[in-house]
Amino acid sequence: MILQLIDICYLVAVVLFILGIKLMSHPESARKGNSIALAGMILAIVASFLTPGLNNIALILIAIALGTVGGLYSAKTVQMTAMPQLVSFFNGMGGAAAALIGLVEYGDLPVSDTGKGAVLMASLIIGSVSFSGSMIAMGKLQGVIKDIRVNKILAFIVLGFSIALAVYVLNAGEAQPLLVYGLVLLALIYGLLFVYPIGGADMPVVISLLNSLTGVTAATTGLLYDNKVMLMGGILVGSAGLLLTLLMAKAMNRSVSNILFTSFGSASGVSAAGADGDQVAKEINTYDSAILLAYAKRVVVVPGYGLAVAQAQHAVHDLEKILEEKGVEVTYGIHPVAGRMPGHMNVLLAESDVSYDKLIEMEDMNEQLPNTDVVMVIGANDVVNPAANDDPSSPIYGMPILEVNRATNVIVIKRSMSSGYAGIQNALFFDPKTRMLFGDAKKVLNGLVSEVKNM
Amino acid sequence: MEAIIDYISVNQQEFYIFILAIFVGIEVISKVPTVLHTPLMSGSNALSGVVIVGSIIVLGKTDPANYLGLVLGFLAVLLATLNVVGGFAVTNRMLEMFKKKPGKK
Repeated sequence: MILQLIDICYLVAVVLFILGIKLMSHPESARKGNSIALAGMILAIVASFLTPGLNNIALILIAIALGTVGGLYSAKTVQMTAMPQLVSFFNGMGGAAAALIGLVEYGDLPVSDTGKGAVLMASLIIGSVSFSGSMIAMGKLQGVIKDIRVNKILAFIVLGFSIALAVYVLNAGEAQPLLVYGLVLLALIYGLLFVYPIGGADMPVVISLLNSLTGVTAATTGLLYDNKVMLMGGILVGSAGLLLTLLMAKAMNRSVSNILFTSFGSASGVSAAGADGDQVAKEINTYDSAILLAYAKRVVVVPGYGLAVAQAQHAVHDLEKILEEKGVEVTYGIHPVAGRMPGHMNVLLAESDVSYDKLIEMEDMNEQLPNTDVVMVIGANDVVNPAANDDPSSPIYGMPILEVNRATNVIVIKRSMSSGYAGIQNALFFDPKTRMLFGDAKKVLNGLVSEVKNM
Repeated sequence: MEAIIDYISVNQQEFYIFILAIFVGIEVISKVPTVLHTPLMSGSNALSGVVIVGSIIVLGKTDPANYLGLVLGFLAVLLATLNVVGGFAVTNRMLEMFKKKPGKK
């Protein structure tokens, strides 16, 4: 009876997972979707406690309690800007858990069971890659880890060795615990080598892919235990994550293989020599900027990662409100990959209650830009770099951009002349229409608000 | 190789689920607006924490005298819980900001 009950719980949990993801893909129902998926997860966890002959229940409860406290604490206290890192971190934890299960299970599984053995090896390798890869991705987003060039062939040799060890262990005829640790170590190293050379701007795509990999390990663990909730839930994440990866790559007009197997660093050396020369960017002060804005008809704000870093989302909303009071039409041009994740800017601006219908997506915005008096670029760089349109030697060539240089005036709010995340210079700053307004985004915006108020 | 083919044939049902679930996953999120990419990635990340079920089972069946097994299993439950709880909490925090309430704060 108890076994049937567990099965039914798992079945209901799977239905809740699917419904949850489905609801999460619409803005109005997204929160409900998250709660429903959570309900499914709780049901699955409760059901797993009913497993007959479960030992060490005290230990399990302690581990769950610790994990809950840690998870809640970090999720509640994290800064908006650091959320992508945290998602990457949590994802790595899932991968590590799957690999650990594989390690424990290896001791228990009869060596003769090659089929399950193969599934277990897959769990070990993919889980380890997902773990170490996620940690590097987190470090890169945090800015702790710099891009390092890694020979792609070397990386594949490491992965190849790991798989070869797995095949050997499967055919060895007796347990090889040391070799299993060895292949996990190699897989961990592959995860490092895999993410190290990928440019920081492509990290969202990588995290999405690693997320998909963690889903796959959950599924292989499910195969290991003939457990359908893990199988179904894992594959659901695996395929949804893969699709999300493709959608993100498409938004950047790059193929996934291009992102994964060619690093940003390799191309930029060529273009650096040609372009800049002795160009000078023109500066503007807060007062002049305020005049420009207050007497414009249409103003477009293009936010980027700098806005998130400066926590200036409320300041920009204040400026929007005060400009609207003066009869200026203010909208926001949202590039699909502005910030560090797709949708990053939407989330950030939603936090300061910027109305939805003011957020205009890239294609629509590009049509409106020629009729715009002032574009204010706040902490964005690569997504407005005209090199993406007209410099074939640029590493971001071909990426769709917000064509802000089609507007009458461009004000760029930036802390310094340093280059963007892709590490390349921006010709927009030297455009005759462009004025640079240097400073911290939040301070500058607050300054603009008080200047406009006094007019 | 033969063993693996046998395994697939014996566990046909699982592999059918495997294939069908791939299509369900793609179908279910195929019409996602860009706005929701980040929360959805975070939400599906939380779901991959379903591996917690496996870690509970593995720790639950580990012999209390097998210390290495206990440590590894304990870590597995701990990390998977972090993934689940943290994942859902972060997603919820992201989505909370989408709530449209005039005059909040």
